Amino acid sequence: MSDLLLSVDKLSVGYPGPGGSVVHVLSDVSLTLERGASLGIVGESGCGKSTLALALLGFLRPGGRLLDGAVRLDGTDLFALGPAELQAVRGRRVALVPQSASQALTPSLRVGQQIAESLELHQGLAGNDAEAAAVDLLAQVRLPKPAEIARRYPHQLSGGQQQRVAIAMALAGGPELLVLDEPTTGLDVTTQSHILDLLDEIRERTRAALIYVSHDLGVIAQVSERLAVMYAGEVVEHGPTTELFARPRHPYTRGLLASAPRLSHAALPVALPGRPPAPDARPAGCAFAPRCAFADERCTAEAPALVAVDSPTLPHDARCHHWLRVAEASFALPVSLGVRVRREAPALVDVQGLEVRYGQLGLESLWRRASGAPAPPPAVQGVHLTIRRGETLALVGESGSGKSTIARAIAGLQPVTAGELRLGEHDLRRPSGRRPVELRRTVQLIFQNPDASLNPRQTVGQILERPLQIFFGLPRLERRRRVAELLDQMRLGAHYAERFPGQLSGGEKQRVAIARAFAAEPELVLCDEVVSALDVSVQAAVLELLARLKAERGVTYLFISHDLAVVRAIADRVAVLFGGRLCEVGTAPQVYGPPYHPYTKSLLAAVPDLTPNSRPATRAAETPAAGAGAKGCPFAGRCPRQIGSICAEQPPPWRDAGDGHGIACHIPLEELRDAASVALPVAASA
Amino acid sequence: MTTTTAAPSAAVTAAPSALRSFWRAYRHAPANLVGLALLVGHLALALVAPLIVPHSPTALNADQLLQPPSVAHPFGTDRFGRDVFSRVLLGGRVALAITLVSAALSVLIGGLFGAAMAYLGGVVDELAMRFVDALLAIPGLLLLLVIVTALGSGYTVIVLAMVLSYTPGVIRVARAAALEYVPRDFVTAARARGEHAFDVTIRELWPNVLDVLLVEFAMRASWMLLAVSGLSFLGFGVNPPTPDWGLMISENRALLALAPWSTVAPMIAIASLVVALNLVADGVAKAAGLDRSRGGPV
Amino acid sequence: MLTLIVQRVLLSLVTLLIVSVVIFWATEVLPGDVATAILGREASPRSLERLREELGLDRPAFERYVDWLAGALRWDFGTSLARQDQAVSELMGVRMRNTFALAGLAALIGLPLALALGVVAGLTRDRLPDLLVSTLALIGQSLPEFVVGSLLILIFAVQLAIFPAVTLVNADAPLAEIVPSMVLPVATLVIVMVAYIQRMVRSSMIDALASEYVQMATLKGVPRRRVVLRHALPNALLPTINAVALTVAWLIGGVAVVETVFNYPGIGRLLVTAVGDRDLPLVQALGLLGATIYITINLAADLLTLALNPRLRTMARP
Repeated sequence: MSDLLLSVDKLSVGYPGPGGSVVHVLSDVSLTLERGASLGIVGESGCGKSTLALALLGFLRPGGRLLDGAVRLDGTDLFALGPAELQAVRGRRVALVPQSASQALTPSLRVGQQIAESLELHQGLAGNDAEAAAVDLLAQVRLPKPAEIARRYPHQLSGGQQQRVAIAMALAGGPELLVLDEPTTGLDVTTQSHILDLLDEIRERTRAALIYVSHDLGVIAQVSERLAVMYAGEVVEHGPTTELFARPRHPYTRGLLASAPRLSHAALPVALPGRPPAPDARPAGCAFAPRCAFADERCTAEAPALVAVDSPTLPHDARCHHWLRVAEASFALPVSLGVRVRREAPALVDVQGLEVRYGQLGLESLWRRASGAPAPPPAVQGVHLTIRRGETLALVGESGSGKSTIARAIAGLQPVTAGELRLGEHDLRRPSGRRPVELRRTVQLIFQNPDASLNPRQTVGQILERPLQIFFGLPRLERRRRVAELLDQMRLGAHYAERFPGQLSGGEKQRVAIARAFAAEPELVLCDEVVSALDVSVQAAVLELLARLKAERGVTYLFISHDLAVVRAIADRVAVLFGGRLCEVGTAPQVYGPPYHPYTKSLLAAVPDLTPNSRPATRAAETPAAGAGAKGCPFAGRCPRQIGSICAEQPPPWRDAGDGHGIACHIPLEELRDAASVALPVAASA
Repeated sequence: MTTTTAAPSAAVTAAPSALRSFWRAYRHAPANLVGLALLVGHLALALVAPLIVPHSPTALNADQLLQPPSVAHPFGTDRFGRDVFSRVLLGGRVALAITLVSAALSVLIGGLFGAAMAYLGGVVDELAMRFVDALLAIPGLLLLLVIVTALGSGYTVIVLAMVLSYTPGVIRVARAAALEYVPRDFVTAARARGEHAFDVTIRELWPNVLDVLLVEFAMRASWMLLAVSGLSFLGFGVNPPTPDWGLMISENRALLALAPWSTVAPMIAIASLVVALNLVADGVAKAAGLDRSRGGPV
Repeated sequence: MLTLIVQRVLLSLVTLLIVSVVIFWATEVLPGDVATAILGREASPRSLERLREELGLDRPAFERYVDWLAGALRWDFGTSLARQDQAVSELMGVRMRNTFALAGLAALIGLPLALALGVVAGLTRDRLPDLLVSTLALIGQSLPEFVVGSLLILIFAVQLAIFPAVTLVNADAPLAEIVPSMVLPVATLVIVMVAYIQRMVRSSMIDALASEYVQMATLKGVPRRRVVLRHALPNALLPTINAVALTVAWLIGGVAVVETVFNYPGIGRLLVTAVGDRDLPLVQALGLLGATIYITINLAADLLTLALNPRLRTMARP
């Protein structure tokens, strides 16, 4: 039995296109994997990585066709097998951990039953034995109270729990190869890091080989020894992870690494111009040439083949005519910018003791009060914030921390239960419908999901004209002119005005959303996770745009995000939230360096860094926290530095660490200062 | 540092109008085109029928009762000696007119109301939906019959009864469709701009539920046609001697064995028109990417 | 969970109440002067007066409504206007039995048939079995019940002379005697019902088969048959419970037409006669009955969905 477990050989997959043509989703993909090794497959949306992941199980989505090549598991081509033979391979020798466990688990079956099913099929267990083994597997994936969980239905579990169940289900057959398709998408950073730990453990125990598909470079760096970078359906570079990160041989790999925001760099990442080609419109030569800084005529005429490059660790291939030049070009990350601390700038928005509770109105609440059920905990509680004119204040926290709620309250979309909220002399507690038009114009909101924030039935021009109409009452000709101007400033051509959102890419849609906000010429722009749904290279372009607009127009940003690396790149000051309460506030260098609030520290530690094979130090426990509405500190229960029952009983006092830096914690500041720095090597200058 | 010009991808050069891409999707399936052709044919015939009928539809010919099809009478004659062909040609006019008007009113009123309720939400929505549910709880034909009892069977009454009967269903469908869009951020953006409920409903929601409403129109029209024929069959719809397919079937079915043509011809007329409406509804639904098979003939 | 049940039941009762108001309003308030509507315009003022007194039309509408509703709860709907010697409840009594037998039989045969055909059509999407079933369903949907009924009469009663064309027995004959007359009407109802329900089941089946969890089961190595039976089917059938309820609504109306075609002695035909006679108390009673049946079936469907859908069942738990 050779060491080679998996060999993908010139795999090409496509589907029939219009007029009898064939649209390629995967072209000429070749990979190898040894027993027990780990391989990462990284690429952005549309590169074909999901199709590849499924193909590794001999599966093609409906409509897909195998055009060429083979996927060999221990020498057997999976695509040559019949249905019965495939059933023997899937789940038993190769298992998939799907991207979205909530969709992939059958809603009508209990979780334990679904795992037992795999055990029955692949291990020959039956009835009670299978059920007991299922509970055992759930314990192995570190789920507390596994017997109880086994009896639950998928929708009764949290995202992290569902994902662990999916992993348990994949392990049931005792596979030699685990394929994971973006398994931590949509999970909180801390949950993600726990799952990555779990995968480490599993690899050690079962000696299974691992293929990890993701768009997240940081995660890939933690998990895989070797890496394959995909672009437009092709593998463009394939080699050891450390070497790829240190000296990439392909311009796309370079671009990808440069566009990823890093915790250690308080600077804007560098964007890749343009966008990937549509599957049915691939250029004749190299697919990346239109966007490549190294491209010449040869690149546009001749598609490069995957060739071996010289490298300390072999094998290492790259699909580029000029890989030698690329390897030699210096690869330095952008220099950190200094942070402007605007302590003297006047306050623009003042928030005092803000409290927001959901479900106060309507029949639901009447019914609840009538039946005596407890009220839901407040989404935001006791928050004091000042947003200074001209700064970028970031609100950071995981989902459920209340950060979006605060933004909506400021925008007048969420009723406030208690506290003060002012912009100048305007009271922001009034709902948007009842605010004076000036106030509505001054505060603008940009949303997370570019698909949902533009009306699919309106043209870009119509979308942009509306605020011009409402806030400035401009006549039609004038509006058209302004729209063209706006589009130009967003680096979209004026011809975009006639397009519909469905014809735009994610990044382009987000630019239109930004244009819509800036059409009103606001003073305060609330950015609610505006780059979270975008690919890494597109993210960088949008961040650049936001920075430029700020410099040109002097607006103030409230930047909401769960991504600490992105926040590091763009924020002046940072406020950290957990369970609806403020944990820590300060300038970016203050918050990213010690002293830390224990939650801030655990958050920072959980962010996968782009240093391959590095592992975060301390981490929060996997137990649930007290959460929103708790009597004491909301982080109690999960805090690694909990000092006793006082944490659960009493709300923590606000400690002043000097210069506007504050931390809410029972632990005295001197002890917090002792902690080692988490945001690492290249420290930004204060 | 680097420029961030987003070069327009080659695939997105000319912007095809929404209508054109819809038409292209629609004509993809031959069944859709058959349906459309049938529908247009029926409408055209109904329009020009008075000009092309060979015989008077009400002329009684005592000496020509129940004649089989011949050159003079392509569909034969009925029990009163009237030319079946002429009666069939004209028989759809009233039913079609009632159907189209009722369907259009239903969809317009129901669509706007449903979308508005979806946006307003809260107590207003809850109360309105209770009332809508109550109307829906009265089975279609039953409600029609109850109203006809109360108000007699003039054509206006029938239209009123139809609209009352079918609009609640449209409201439910429009509301469900609009609810998909209400939580979307572009609606929130409109709300943040301080726009009024009416503006938001018309500008943001209505264009998005239009395709659903189009399908509803075709679907409801098919059900309404069946209902109108049913009413005529029972004697509560079109009044004799005006020709009507349902009425014709009712009048002549006792003689089905002896003279099938006088009954079968209007049967085929009804069936072909309803099939056409169903095919068109299906085609529109598929072209717009919707799933049509959720409703019943209520 | 109990709260959910209570909520639903309460909601249904409220709906029923509103419906009763609508029916009452439609039949007594809407026509304006009921007496003239019944006796005609040429009637003498004195006979109109007498009729009004008899019907109690001089009392305020709300009082009349409450009286009517109270009577309804006691199963007393007053006397028929057309047949002065019979109570409405009497007229309805035995005919209700006949119609329930008819509708019940139709549902018993039609539902399993529709489910089976829908599942087959969904499984063999766009292939021969599906095309066959869907085309037949399309035709079934497009023909009015009276057309289907008449055609069945033509084929089976006239040409082949197997079943009676119309019902010749009395309304109150024992059920066994009525059975032969039930065959064709039941067949008519089944044909149209199956056409509609099959379609919804098919679409639900296609959705389930295209779902991610079915794909995942396949990727786990589960054999196709088991994927369909254990993973797809249960999730496909759940949404169809609602569809069934909708079709029952149709059934209540369709029964009227079918019974007329076959002259079947049920409450459907009674309704049609009542409408023709403008027999208000009868129409009111039948209207309320029909609505009550529909609301009850809807409630049952709701509760059944609740019981079978794990997602809804456990919504109360944190």
